[in-house]
Amino acid sequence: MRITCPFCGERELGEFTYLGDAKPQRPVADAGEEAVYDYVYLRDNVAGVMAENWYHGGGCRAWLKVTRNTLTHEISSVEPAAGAGAAKVGA
Amino acid sequence: MATNQTNRLSSGGVIDRSTPLNFRFDGKSFSGFQGDTLASALVANGVKLVGRSFKYHRPRGILTAGSEEPNALVELRTGARREANTKATTAELYDGLEAASQNRWPSLRHDFMSVNQLFAPIFVAGFYYKTFMWPAKFWEMIYEPAIRRAAGLGRAAVAPDPDHYDKAWAHCDVVIAGSGPAGLAAALAAGRSGARVILCEEDFVPGGCLLSDDGTIDGLPAAEWLARTLAELSSMPDVRIMTRTTLFGVYDGGTYGAIERVNDHLPTPPEHQVRQRLWRIVAKRCVVAAGAIERPIVFAGNDTPGVMMASAMRTYVSRYAATPAKRIALFTNNEDGWRTVETALAAGLQIAAVIDARPDVSPAHRSLASKNGFAVLHGSVSGVDGGKDGVRKISVSLTGGARAEVEADGLAVSGGWNPAVGLTSYHRGRPKWRDEISAFVPDGAPPGMVAAGAANGDFGLGACLSQGFAAGAAAARDAGRNGNAGTAPVADDETFSLTPLWHVAGKGKAFVDQQHDVTASDIELAQREGFESVEHLKRYTTLGMATDQGKTSNVGGLAIMAAVTGKSIPETGTTIYRPPYVPVAIGAFAGHHRDETFHATRLTPSHHWAAEQGAIFVDTGLWKRAQWFPRAGEKDWLESVTREVKAVRGGVGFCDVSTLGKIDVHGPDAGAFLDRVYINTFSNLAVGKARYGLMLREDGLVYDDGTTSRLAEDHYFLTTTTAKAGLVMQHLEFCRQVLFPELDVQLTSVSDQWAQFSIAGPKTRDLLKEIVDPVEDLSNEGFPFMGAREVALRGGITARLFRISFSGEMAFEISVPARYGEAMARNLMQAGKQFGVTPYGTEALGVMRIEKGHVAGPELSGTTTATDLGLGKMMSTKKDFIGRVMAGREALVAPDRQVVVGIKPVDKARRLRSGAHIIPKGQTPGPDNDQGYVTSVCFSPTLDQWIGLGLVERGRERIGEIVHAHDPLRGEDYDVELCNPVFYDPDGGRQRG
Ligand SMILES: [Zn+2]
Repeated sequence: MRITCPFCGERELGEFTYLGDAKPQRPVADAGEEAVYDYVYLRDNVAGVMAENWYHGGGCRAWLKVTRNTLTHEISSVEPAAGAGAAKVGA
Repeated sequence: MATNQTNRLSSGGVIDRSTPLNFRFDGKSFSGFQGDTLASALVANGVKLVGRSFKYHRPRGILTAGSEEPNALVELRTGARREANTKATTAELYDGLEAASQNRWPSLRHDFMSVNQLFAPIFVAGFYYKTFMWPAKFWEMIYEPAIRRAAGLGRAAVAPDPDHYDKAWAHCDVVIAGSGPAGLAAALAAGRSGARVILCEEDFVPGGCLLSDDGTIDGLPAAEWLARTLAELSSMPDVRIMTRTTLFGVYDGGTYGAIERVNDHLPTPPEHQVRQRLWRIVAKRCVVAAGAIERPIVFAGNDTPGVMMASAMRTYVSRYAATPAKRIALFTNNEDGWRTVETALAAGLQIAAVIDARPDVSPAHRSLASKNGFAVLHGSVSGVDGGKDGVRKISVSLTGGARAEVEADGLAVSGGWNPAVGLTSYHRGRPKWRDEISAFVPDGAPPGMVAAGAANGDFGLGACLSQGFAAGAAAARDAGRNGNAGTAPVADDETFSLTPLWHVAGKGKAFVDQQHDVTASDIELAQREGFESVEHLKRYTTLGMATDQGKTSNVGGLAIMAAVTGKSIPETGTTIYRPPYVPVAIGAFAGHHRDETFHATRLTPSHHWAAEQGAIFVDTGLWKRAQWFPRAGEKDWLESVTREVKAVRGGVGFCDVSTLGKIDVHGPDAGAFLDRVYINTFSNLAVGKARYGLMLREDGLVYDDGTTSRLAEDHYFLTTTTAKAGLVMQHLEFCRQVLFPELDVQLTSVSDQWAQFSIAGPKTRDLLKEIVDPVEDLSNEGFPFMGAREVALRGGITARLFRISFSGEMAFEISVPARYGEAMARNLMQAGKQFGVTPYGTEALGVMRIEKGHVAGPELSGTTTATDLGLGKMMSTKKDFIGRVMAGREALVAPDRQVVVGIKPVDKARRLRSGAHIIPKGQTPGPDNDQGYVTSVCFSPTLDQWIGLGLVERGRERIGEIVHAHDPLRGEDYDVELCNPVFYDPDGGRQRG
């Protein structure tokens, strides 16, 4: 598998680390235990297109949101995480 | 001396007769020529018997001339380089080659285990599952050893492989599998279009079937066209022809696996060269021109040496000028088989008869038969009379019911052709059935891949050339190369006519899968017992599961299953195709990742100095760390470590701690960021101060710890444990980029940039004064406990100095740019001589941290909470942080959790062992009353006894309680006392002094 890093270009799978589903959002501080439990443990088991967090540890160290079909491994988009790169969000 | 090549024609062949090669097979000397395979050289020497079969130990010869060979497997080379199950048909001959037949004892001609044939009924399909079921204890004692001796293939080498294997990447526009007419035409078109092309050919000579079959291309004889084409391709700088290279797999994203047998054609690889190289080829497009495999017809005795695929016989005669037989019969169901008759006649061999299963034979072939005086029999071969010396007589069932016999010493068989659908099917593709050729052809392919020519089911020479050319031109275009491809090479297509025939009923064993000894009746038995699905058929009979992966047997097996179930072949279906296409040595996948280069090695900045000191090193992840520094006269590690600890506690010592992960955290929001990732607060840390921090995982369990210092308002210097250095960096980047992108903070890994030393002991300040510029105030007031700031060193270097202590002594850690690390170690030794400075290793470091009750890896086990570690009070209640909410879950705050406590044996002379279980005193050990275990132990020179830390249920409430240590692994049981984990200087006066 090859992933096109928006910063480094097309690179081989071995440079990246997989984390998992990019959909769950970290709950706000007072969201309560149920919401955090859901965030930490509950995952969809998607057969098809899903957004995933990948880390380009063998390259620029950017976290990437990779949209991938889990059935075919086809990658339809790779976007940098909101805070990837040098500039902070909104700066 | 080598025997004569009795079966070598006096002229012809793609061999170099000026380069004779001597070789040995089963200890006997033979000779061949450069350009031979081991199989062709054996054919040239009249050797027909080359092995014994897997289950029945039947005599076997050479069936094919390629990588699909099921029978002619040998042990190639000897000693540590012995390679089992090597196909003689692809093993390139070299001078001094040694090979041995397999699966026979005591010798190939007199094989004791051939009595297995008499017990054949017990070796039928599923025999492992049925025969050896009962009684159970017989399995280990009798059945398994007996089966292992009786059934099997070659023997692997026992000694480590002395050769090197390499792994490499290649990138191109178009990769092509196969250099037959379709592959060469594809390479021509793609190369002329300007594409970067890699053409992989598993043979050692490019050309494919053009090396064996005649024909006319662009008005030239095939051999001339081949030479012209290879010359044109080699003139193209961006076309690379890789011979001895099999494209064996296709992976996601246009990545292809190929194995290059770089030096398998030499007795040993030349110095500094590898035996094989594993290629990962990244290509925008792939053209599969892997050709087709001629398929056998299953009939009784079809495994007799001397029965050979018709195309293979043609290859031996025309490419190698070696004659497998003098008087040849052909059994065919198609037109192509007759080409072997033409080749044999042209070479002066005799044709005994042609047995053709089709209703009609062309007038041209009839007149060929009458001109050359051989019969054309309409019917099929029903039996073979022969044995280890080869074929003697062939029984024929004539159409209409009569029988005939043919005397011959060789039988060529052609049952039609199966396109090589492996590569195109490796992404779970299912090939589709094409009736005109009675074969499966690719039905689509992985993205970017297309099959052309025979691999696509189009067998004519003209079709191969035009399809290959079109595929190559299209692939180049798709890859953005639009040069002028010129015109496609032109040739006529041979006529194709085939009457499907898979199995001829008859008396005696008729083999479908010759390598695994699966017969037609095994398949019928599987059907009777309900194993009709092809996946069940495969596993029950082991059809197609041998090293050849059923290249000559799978389709035939399906056809027989289809016949007995009354279904069509496409209804019966195929099993899943999986790479690799040919066996690939594990050594090639490992490459250089073996022995000391199994993984990268990281050396600490002071490594070479430590080695000079005679340090004993320990592997810590990728690092080599000095474990202790033995001195002359010390009898064991314990004596050295005890000396090092005493030297530190009584004077001064230093230790390289550069392996800690180090991260610079910059930015106006650096403090706010650290507040979110640590359980304690860092935004309120004063500039010039350090603080111990603890991180949780989001699930509430402890992740990592370390000291983080504030060097400036917007600059923190964070350290991690050695083990988690990379992972914490990844985690913090996740927090920064994904969770908290609104924070203005940057992380820089500086683990490799700083060499860091811990200097500890009451004389630390004396030693530091020799190193640090005298303007720096190192007094307790000027540099108090947990102080952290940059200081100038004598000589002008700027260092980072931290007054932190892991040992419990008055201590500093000093960081200098990594390139000064070794000089720093030498400097500390030199300057510290007057104070008796002692370098210490990780063992003494560990002893002192246990004496001081600091937690480390064994306690940060991924199952402990901050409270378990005695650090619960650090958890801020005034802010959110990673893991906060989950850390509050019921089970994680339960009062009966196992928590860190000190442990010491009641008998002071006793050695404590980590891993021992803690059981209440007076109870019988068992899972119900297991209350925890010993995590870390050491011999404490300070207390003069073994001590340890452990995780024990309600441990902190039970200080002073005597409990039982149960160590079933070592068979030890003894009493221990639970105690304060801080064994040494509990009020911390020494480190603050
Ligand atoms: Zn990148």
